[in-house]
Amino acid sequence: MDKILRINMSAAGGPTQSTEKAGEFAALGGRATTSTIVGKEVPPDCHPLSAENKLVIAPGMLSGTAAAISGRISVGCKSPLTGGIKESNAGGQAAQVLARLGYAAIIIEGIPEGDDLYKIHINKDRVEISVDNSNKLLDNYPLIDKLIKEYGDKVAYMSIGSAGERLMPSASIACTDPELRPTRHCGRGGVGAVMGSKKIKVIILDDAGCKNRPPQDAEKFKAANRVFVEGIRKHPVSGEGLPAYGTNVLTNVLNEAGGYPTNNFKTGQFEGGTKISGESLAELEISRGGKATHGCHRGCVIQCSGIYNDKDGKYLTKQPEYETVWSHGGHCGISDLDTIAILDYWDDNVGVDTIEMGVAIGVAMDGGLLEFGDGEGAIRLLQDEVAKGTPLGRILGGGAGMTGKAFGVTRVPVVKNQALPAYDPRTVQGIGVTYATSTQGADHTAGYAVATNILKVGGDVDPLKPEGQIELSRNLQIATASIDSTGLCLFIAFPILDQPETFQAMLDLLGGFYGIEMTGDDVVALGQKVLTLERKFNKGAGFGPEDDRLPRFFQTEKLPPHNLTFGVTDEELDQLYNWD
Amino acid sequence: MQVTVKLFASFQTGRFKIEVRDYPDQTLIGTIVRELNIPEEEVGILLLNAVHTKLDQSLSDGDLLAIFPLVGGG
Repeated sequence: MDKILRINMSAAGGPTQSTEKAGEFAALGGRATTSTIVGKEVPPDCHPLSAENKLVIAPGMLSGTAAAISGRISVGCKSPLTGGIKESNAGGQAAQVLARLGYAAIIIEGIPEGDDLYKIHINKDRVEISVDNSNKLLDNYPLIDKLIKEYGDKVAYMSIGSAGERLMPSASIACTDPELRPTRHCGRGGVGAVMGSKKIKVIILDDAGCKNRPPQDAEKFKAANRVFVEGIRKHPVSGEGLPAYGTNVLTNVLNEAGGYPTNNFKTGQFEGGTKISGESLAELEISRGGKATHGCHRGCVIQCSGIYNDKDGKYLTKQPEYETVWSHGGHCGISDLDTIAILDYWDDNVGVDTIEMGVAIGVAMDGGLLEFGDGEGAIRLLQDEVAKGTPLGRILGGGAGMTGKAFGVTRVPVVKNQALPAYDPRTVQGIGVTYATSTQGADHTAGYAVATNILKVGGDVDPLKPEGQIELSRNLQIATASIDSTGLCLFIAFPILDQPETFQAMLDLLGGFYGIEMTGDDVVALGQKVLTLERKFNKGAGFGPEDDRLPRFFQTEKLPPHNLTFGVTDEELDQLYNWD
Repeated sequence: MQVTVKLFASFQTGRFKIEVRDYPDQTLIGTIVRELNIPEEEVGILLLNAVHTKLDQSLSDGDLLAIFPLVGGG
């Protein structure tokens, strides 16, 4: 990854491209790369959909190597949803292919004049940026079907659906999986709208003739990879639970613990929880000839995904994730897996974040647009409103915050205008700290305190009390900022938190690849550096301590069954970033 | 006394999903886990009436006990 591709969409006479040396980014990746470039090059107070914003795409430090499970791709920009810095990462094939092509990053800047829609085709010999208006307003599935006829099935695609073209703040960027399905999304924060604002429909990545990136110390790297894979396979979470049941194994856990936000955060337990649990989902998938175990990219050794077929045994969508099953399920009072799967398909197809869209629909239900539990109505909203870009569709596509305003709802679960995921902060107080303080807006992945609060992985901190949650969230946010830079899937956190030898193997993978000694302190230092520069950007964008807060209702409304409010004080939240 | 026992994920295989079961007063959770042939080291999450608990906790009539292996997601 010795070069950076810079594309200027504003250039007179049409988009231009240039290649520059990767410099400091040659040994960096993922979130560290995207956030550093956005921090350096994007004015924090610019409009996210203006020419001054940039879209930065970066594979991880270990992407394109033989390292297991190293296929995360990061996309960074100023977020149209939060107004702050954004890094959204996804699986799929794109990271491996882009890294093998030798790019540490693609930086897309400017906005072209006129209404033409572009595509970017990158292979080992050249980069071609061309107009293709025949792709206009195609959604992701038909778009990829069309492109496969032109570019084949040996490439990776990163695309936007109609939501991205329509600049909706919940729009995602889809990355194709090994079967060329547009199912892995850089979902959060509206990165798809930024791509749409630059009039780029799709990036086609072709690594034909390219090889894996070679490690500096092949022996150390190979040995570390072996120990790393063994560690992932022997840990019950990554070796058994995730492959068998997927991320949705959490529905029963959170529901039993009373932390499953139901009917727009009114209670912590959902009557229909068992019907939509990971156990039920896996059973249904297998009975219909789908798959309960499937990898989102080649080289994945966890395989937490699956294939969801309809009643007739025909492919409908990939296995909906826990967050999706919650946002379209319990959050909306919907307990039918087929309904949730259809909604998941439409999210992927139009290209919107499943969390933001599901939460927005639930907020709209709270505002009286539909009854809670109205699955057909929810499908109609996505299929007939969001997918068609109607005014109502645009309100929903604007996210939970915009929907709350449109319907006069007072219980609007957002931080920095980004929707809360599937854990109630009154029952899982540690994740509440992460939601409040993350540079990204409410984001469970930014510091997954659920592990220690609820799952009892990596320690044990009582989820119902505020004590210890700041330190827990801080440490996890720092570690996550680092892991998000490596290209490794965040689910390696389960084995590395519990097994010191697997953590050491991760350090040796990085060390062996780059020919350096990596220590735990280096991981912490990198994470802190990333968070510090993201905070600096957000400050420039106008964020202050008052934005590091949960919505007030979490302090005033008690959540059954535990009847608790969020107990971490504002003063404590302000202590999270204690190193800068 | 009667206790509602719920099993999840791989613990359901060859056992049950939910049962109301009779036990002598003050039975410990560990006793129930052993009776169900679940190796103690495989128990990841124990919830007694929606609150995390431990194997040495004793039970009362009407309790709801949920037993999970170590699982995760996100």
